[in-house]
Amino acid sequence: MIRSALSAALMLVFVLLAPRAEALDVQAETFTLANGMQVVVIPDHRAPVVTQMVWYRVGAADEPKGQAGIAHFLEHLMFKGTRKIPPGEFSKIIKKNGGEDNAFTAQDYTAYFQSIAKDRLALAMEMEADRMQNLKLTDADVLPERDVIGEERRSRIENDPASLMAEQINAALYTAHPYGKPIIGWMSEVEKLTRQNALDFYRTHYTPQNAILIVAGDVTADEVRPLAEKYYGVLANTANPPPRVRTPEPAPLAARRVSMSDPRVSVATLQRTYIAPSYRMAKGKPTAEALDLLAQVLGGGSTSRLYRSLVIDQKIATEAGAWYSGDALDTGSFGVYAVPPPGQEIAPLEAALDKALAELVEKGVTQAELTLAKNLLIAQTTYALDSSSQLARIFGQTLAIGGTLEDVTGWNERIEKVTLADVQAAAAEVLVLRGSVTSTLLPAPGAVQN
Amino acid sequence: MIRMLLAASFAWLLLVAAPAQAFTIKQVTSPGGISAWLVEDHTVPLISMNFSFKGGAAQDPANTQGLANFLTTMLDEGAGDLPSREFQTREQELAMRLSFNADADNFRGSFQTLSKNRDEAFAMLALALNKPRFDADPLERMRAQLLQGLEMDAQDPEAITSHAFMQQALGDHPYARNSDGTLEGVKAVTADDLRALHGRLFAREHLLISAVGDIDEKTLGALLDKTFSTLPEKSGMGDVPEMPSPKAASLTIVDRDIPQSIIQFGLPGIKRDDPDFIPAFVMNYVLGGGGFGSRLMEEVREKRGLSYSVWSDLYPLEQGGLIIGGAATRNEKAAETIDIIRQEIARLAAEGPTEQELADVKTFLTGSYALRFTSGRKTAAQLLGLQEQQLGIDYVDKRNGLVNAVTLADVKRVAERLLKDKPLLFTVTGRPVGVTASR
Repeated sequence: MIRSALSAALMLVFVLLAPRAEALDVQAETFTLANGMQVVVIPDHRAPVVTQMVWYRVGAADEPKGQAGIAHFLEHLMFKGTRKIPPGEFSKIIKKNGGEDNAFTAQDYTAYFQSIAKDRLALAMEMEADRMQNLKLTDADVLPERDVIGEERRSRIENDPASLMAEQINAALYTAHPYGKPIIGWMSEVEKLTRQNALDFYRTHYTPQNAILIVAGDVTADEVRPLAEKYYGVLANTANPPPRVRTPEPAPLAARRVSMSDPRVSVATLQRTYIAPSYRMAKGKPTAEALDLLAQVLGGGSTSRLYRSLVIDQKIATEAGAWYSGDALDTGSFGVYAVPPPGQEIAPLEAALDKALAELVEKGVTQAELTLAKNLLIAQTTYALDSSSQLARIFGQTLAIGGTLEDVTGWNERIEKVTLADVQAAAAEVLVLRGSVTSTLLPAPGAVQN
Repeated sequence: MIRMLLAASFAWLLLVAAPAQAFTIKQVTSPGGISAWLVEDHTVPLISMNFSFKGGAAQDPANTQGLANFLTTMLDEGAGDLPSREFQTREQELAMRLSFNADADNFRGSFQTLSKNRDEAFAMLALALNKPRFDADPLERMRAQLLQGLEMDAQDPEAITSHAFMQQALGDHPYARNSDGTLEGVKAVTADDLRALHGRLFAREHLLISAVGDIDEKTLGALLDKTFSTLPEKSGMGDVPEMPSPKAASLTIVDRDIPQSIIQFGLPGIKRDDPDFIPAFVMNYVLGGGGFGSRLMEEVREKRGLSYSVWSDLYPLEQGGLIIGGAATRNEKAAETIDIIRQEIARLAAEGPTEQELADVKTFLTGSYALRFTSGRKTAAQLLGLQEQQLGIDYVDKRNGLVNAVTLADVKRVAERLLKDKPLLFTVTGRPVGVTASR
């Protein structure tokens, strides 16, 4: 009976990645369970193993005020046990079955995954489905884990000035939007998070209709479907997650500058980060694809414009590059950076960087640059096929922020179609000082450089 | 009660996870006599190839420490008739991936290409290996980046700790050096030094190669000849002297004004060819390998919340071995964390693992072995490692049997051999409270 109900909701998508000269025949299939949980299967029969990922459409940017870090804290606590699984046993059971597991939290999503022999997929599914609804927490488990997160923050952030600087840049870039708050949370709030905070967040957001299951590896959709129905399809929706409405970022008015010096910094860095449209915001327009190409032309490695101009020709930098981060539910960001040679000032480097950017906005990129960049980005999708667990991440991330399989599989074709005018228009739209933070990370005053 | 429920609910727990390998490794010898291990698999239009030359940073001359690492940066900075810019543009046109690294004992290359650009990409690799230019301009560019990298490492708490630990453990043995070199050494390197190292190191003797993906034996053989057969037969590299074992326990504090103490610890270890290697490998997973479930993870993180990461590992080298591990905790908890690490090492040395621990580690190690072969790139790296360790082409099939054959008595014996009353060294970077240095 369930089967026929399911068939109605079943949507099969046979996917051709990169439908160009390579003629790749990787197939991803998707269907939706009766409770609204989406399933994607990515077959890869090269090794007798599978990766299961469950993605929740909730992340740090969805946290209640005053509870920065609760999404990530809950991610840790999801390993603490249920009615069936004693505290701390989740990962041990996976290990005993020859598997590896972990999880991660981002601004827009939280994901849990296991890689394991294909005959243990049902076990991993049973356990993952169990903790979607039956999490059991006691202070005896929660409080030491909060200390662990304090140590994680000290390891990743407090002990590393570049990470501290990145937090300051984000806080300055977003005037109102919660992306300005670090995923791991500020220490002042992390230290006060409670068991109840975690349970409230769990009960609001962890429910089948808010989750996506991705299975990649030595399986077929026909094998996954009955298992997905058995373990996830039977779960009732226990929550109606609220719409993901975050405080919109107001139109930027002021160029911002942040500067930090620290005795632990030995090499100065100049960075500029711009607010940019994300793929989701620019849907239907070529802007996001153009920004990916722009980042490649401007700062993708040693053949890029910035590297050639600042490092090779002018010799006023030792490193230079650019990036675009467009996979977000709300805004994306675009950035450029450069490192001055030892003992040299930041100011002339910043002037040269500004000049290169102004020239780009004025004249755009060349056809040769665009062709080279397209070639490289499209080749990257072929390289991505080498790892089905990597493909699982790409699909999961896209779906978790409201995208579709076609957003992933049609990317090559959309990149191919971007024109010189598209790139120039995207550069003119994004490379605007009032939407940016210029940051300098410097050695402590008086410190001696080599 | 909970245990019972668990057993009923997750009954498959009792099965032994040991999936069969899904691939065949072929020994390929080219017409010109170059050998490689090949896994032919046409699923994805990619070819991954890894290779290594014997000899690495531990053989850097004393006055140019960092030379081997310097060479890793210069091979794609111009070769043959193509200066840096032209070489790298061509690499990008082909969308090929090429990188090199040097550890203490080996100089390795990692190469990937799309099938459609196969021959052109191999030709570029051949140029990089046979005819690097070492032009002055890119050389100075790489030097500047290497020097800045060393400056940054000198302030990075983990790098500081790891380098200080190796000096504490090995004194002036070459293995104690930072394989990235020293500021003085990198400043002193000349194009002639790089050329000389290239001449000594890149030889067919000791060359090891693994290839995985969309290529057959015959095609690979022809490309191996074009790429490697013009290299000289004999290597000019020597041997590293035998590594001394640390003789006495000690604790060193590197004073840094940081909120979290970085702790590294270590003991004398064993080489890969030691008959006890597999039992020792199993023992390490009881102590601190593999994350959750290890004794250190339970005691340091799960019960007490002292560290985000706590681990131990075997560290076998060509001329000796260490057992190393680490944790990071707020300064006021450093003393407690160090005490627990000491206690757990002593407890394992005295009692060995339980039957259950041994069984759990075995199912993890045997079941998860297949996870090392889930992409062409990972498989190529694994197969190169097996060749470097001289483990034989059938090792992938034998390996889980070797792990399963380890008995409780084996692990107890090896734990006593390696952990009991052995010189345990600690290096702590930060402002640890209640911790005293000792020599």
